[in-house]
Amino acid sequence: MRARDEFWTAVGEVLDPEVPVLSVVDLGIVRDVREEGDTVVVDVTPTYSGCPAMRVIENDITEALHRAGAKNVRVNTVFHPVWTTDWISPDARERLRAYGIAPPSGSAPVATGLVSLQRGAEVVACPRCGSRRTELRSEFGSTACKAIYYCTACSEPFEYLKAI
Amino acid sequence: MSLTAFLLRLGDDRLILGHRLSEWCGHGPILEEDIALANMSLDLIGQANLLLELAGKAEGQARTADTLAYFREAVDFRNALIMELPRGDFAFTMARQFLVSVFEVLHLERLQTSKHGTLAGIAAKAYKETRYHARHSADWMLKLGDGIAESHQRVQAALDELWRFTGELFESDDLERGFVTQGIAVDREALRAPWRAEVAHVLTAATLTVPDDGFMQRGGREGRHTEHLGHLLAEMQIVARSFPGAEW
Repeated sequence: MRARDEFWTAVGEVLDPEVPVLSVVDLGIVRDVREEGDTVVVDVTPTYSGCPAMRVIENDITEALHRAGAKNVRVNTVFHPVWTTDWISPDARERLRAYGIAPPSGSAPVATGLVSLQRGAEVVACPRCGSRRTELRSEFGSTACKAIYYCTACSEPFEYLKAI
Repeated sequence: MSLTAFLLRLGDDRLILGHRLSEWCGHGPILEEDIALANMSLDLIGQANLLLELAGKAEGQARTADTLAYFREAVDFRNALIMELPRGDFAFTMARQFLVSVFEVLHLERLQTSKHGTLAGIAAKAYKETRYHARHSADWMLKLGDGIAESHQRVQAALDELWRFTGELFESDDLERGFVTQGIAVDREALRAPWRAEVAHVLTAATLTVPDDGFMQRGGREGRHTEHLGHLLAEMQIVARSFPGAEW
């Protein structure tokens, strides 16, 4: 059965260790919280296969639920449906921007066919000055989920949470 | 048991290539590239972790992703030989990444509809990641191939050296064909033509020459590896073997 509100609230207060303005619920990686007997079961889906934060997130969820009174906690990893940045709410996107990380622009591209030499027409606005005169510096940033951009208007580099 | 054998191929390809990429950490030609190589490595090792865990579960003998990664000998690894070749120079690393990533984009795109639900889910996640690897490495084919004389010569030499290791990617055997029939695995042979077309498209744009098909090296799927794998494993496995069961 659906977990009681206090358990949902507890999980909703667990922040992503890499992006501490978003909770794991904001990010959409918590797919379900339910109670099976005296065990609270949480389904999470990874953002990226090798995301090193996943283990930390699982531990944080477990601790938060114990603090909220859960007797036993089990964190399940689920793969379907596959995580997409489309699950990040508009409100959470704004918090990301205010934190200095450009949120995913629009919805995730529909990935089919081959990719080589195709350039996405993603326009990424600078999270600081709002200019759209920005350029991609690297598809890979400090974590797997981010790319590095440079703003030619305010001359600042910034990170962009890739739309996937 | 046979499902385990099949999953080991998928997992080992990623583990070994991911390890080779990780060797660049701190040695990249520029900071952004150092980070990119480490990120791609992390994606591949993450995928390997999921696949090896699944392989261990399918076997049902309590082997985990860690035991499979750290406590097998070279003859027990089932990766294609191209994954284990030393990283070489940056052109060699990127040429290999390009050839393998284009193959994997085609492969994973189809594996997403595998009738094995967990495998399909892992493939769907890996597919998104691998598209980035393909795009990034294709970019480098353009930059290096259409760059200066030395970069052109180095990436062409890398492609010529790597070409004879590409045939193994498309090889199948009875085990794998059985899983293709069941809708679990992807028919590798069917990927050959689209792979070739895409590789030729990029290399031509990069002013590079597509090497001629000739003798193809093989043996990795049966555990017959180059001498390089043993050296790689010695480094990758030493901590786990020196301190079995250690956690940190």
